[in-house]
Amino acid sequence: MKLARDTWLIYQRQMTLVVRTPLRLVIGFVQPLAYLLLFAPLLKSALGTDSYAEAYRVYVPGLLIVLVLFSGFFVGFSLIAELRAGIIEKSRVTPVSRFALLLGRALSEVTTMMAQAVVITLLAIPFGLTVSIVPLLLAYLVLTLMGLLASSVSYAMALQIRNVAALGPLINTVSQPLALLSGVLLPMAFAPLWLVSVAKGNPFYWATEGVRTLFDGRIAEPAVGMSFLISILGAGLAVVWATRMFANRVR
Amino acid sequence: MIETIGLRKTYTSGKGSKAKAVEAVRGVDLSVDKAEIFGFLGPNGAGKTTTLRMLSTLITPDGGQATIAGADLLKDPHEVRQRIGYVAQGGGTTDEVTAREELVLQARLYGIGKAEAQRRAVAALDTFELTEYADRNCATYSGGQRRRVDIAMGVIHEPQVLFLDEPTTGLDPQSRVRLWDEVRRLRNEGMTVFLTTHYLDEADALCDRIAIIDHGEIVAEGTPTALKHEIAGDVVTVGVDGISDKAAELLTGAAHIRQIEIVDADSLRLYVDEGATAIPHILRTLDGSNVEFNKMELNRPSLDDVFLIKTGRSLRE
Repeated sequence: MKLARDTWLIYQRQMTLVVRTPLRLVIGFVQPLAYLLLFAPLLKSALGTDSYAEAYRVYVPGLLIVLVLFSGFFVGFSLIAELRAGIIEKSRVTPVSRFALLLGRALSEVTTMMAQAVVITLLAIPFGLTVSIVPLLLAYLVLTLMGLLASSVSYAMALQIRNVAALGPLINTVSQPLALLSGVLLPMAFAPLWLVSVAKGNPFYWATEGVRTLFDGRIAEPAVGMSFLISILGAGLAVVWATRMFANRVR
Repeated sequence: MIETIGLRKTYTSGKGSKAKAVEAVRGVDLSVDKAEIFGFLGPNGAGKTTTLRMLSTLITPDGGQATIAGADLLKDPHEVRQRIGYVAQGGGTTDEVTAREELVLQARLYGIGKAEAQRRAVAALDTFELTEYADRNCATYSGGQRRRVDIAMGVIHEPQVLFLDEPTTGLDPQSRVRLWDEVRRLRNEGMTVFLTTHYLDEADALCDRIAIIDHGEIVAEGTPTALKHEIAGDVVTVGVDGISDKAAELLTGAAHIRQIEIVDADSLRLYVDEGATAIPHILRTLDGSNVEFNKMELNRPSLDDVFLIKTGRSLRE
């Protein structure tokens, strides 16, 4: 199938570039790592948990959600850069699928995020994080879908405004409330009722709840099913929206 | 191989009530034959690049028709893409990958299978004498090497038509001549090459036929030789000390002179039927009125003269 084949070709090329410029990987780590080392230790007393392990089990899922949320929302910058540099134009004169040009890029960005997610999980283990493998893999799946959602929305915003100076503030405007309303720093269980009802409109809230439940090992809880449903739907819609916009505007 | 009728493109600049339509290309008719190097010349902003981008499917024309390699540009751009190659002005190599990787990916984007793509890459590296650097990152290449990779990428799928946007801009003279040879070789193999350039010597030396575009319209078209013949037999350049206005006035309407161009205060270009008969006449006229001149030169007209006559400005400015 042409779309799958072309997407794979673009994905491979983008991954080659990621691997050959390791700095890109490293930069994405710095912020989550800082939170892991400098913020998470406060949580044991702040959350009133009995052990560091428990605090990390609450906090690490949130950190991973923040990682895919912010990394995802910022991929629009690289799209604008590539459009400006004529890199995408070079592909546009070939019969390559227009959807693949964007989808291959989005998937490579998500792969990078997930590699970072794995490293952060591993780094949290010495601090006392414990999690079993099957729920962890399921959690990664939710994270992958949410990364795809954030990346697609970011591409759509980039295509809409095409201006690096305006894109930054727009991304912050959208991503900050999404992050705050997802309960990534502190569980939404501490929130007043009205805040919780607002948060329920945020797909990242459901993802955070789901991933936390999975880290807790409770696979059968409805929160897990909800997070899957919402991340699949959200990612699907966002990908279709962004790729169609790309195919129409960039042609 | 390329036929266009009334190809048009209008851009809108500004927004709302300030919106202004800019007619970048206003009805271009072109006809380019198979195995021909066709040069497209024009000052900046004349519509050169817009036309090229329309023909290579990057932007959609607002009006007109075009058939490229037998495919309809407006109805079937996908098919056009299969049949053409395009090399952008700045080229398109990526610093972090090798020429071989670029060529394989490019072939695969045209739907060619992996094994065949690799075979073609090897052949292209050989043809363009890039084998030596094939597995080094493009970042390490010289300007000339990069350009050869660009062109090898443009022809990896054996297109019938190759579009080159300012192919030799920024190259040193040696690389330039070498690139010309590559382009000629492709033409000799039966490929149609459509290129834009702002070097008149390049158009003269390389192109079988050229067209000059100005203000979105074709103002001249033909072989370089025919175009040069069309304007005049010869060009006489006269050097006068700050009185070119006076000298021009004096020579206006004189026998054998077709047209007078004031270059600056100190020199004039006279387009004459034949230099040998016109020069004695010019000498007598100037001498008779005591107009001092310090230089008189006889030249065959260059493409720059064609350009000057057709567009009213020199491309060298």
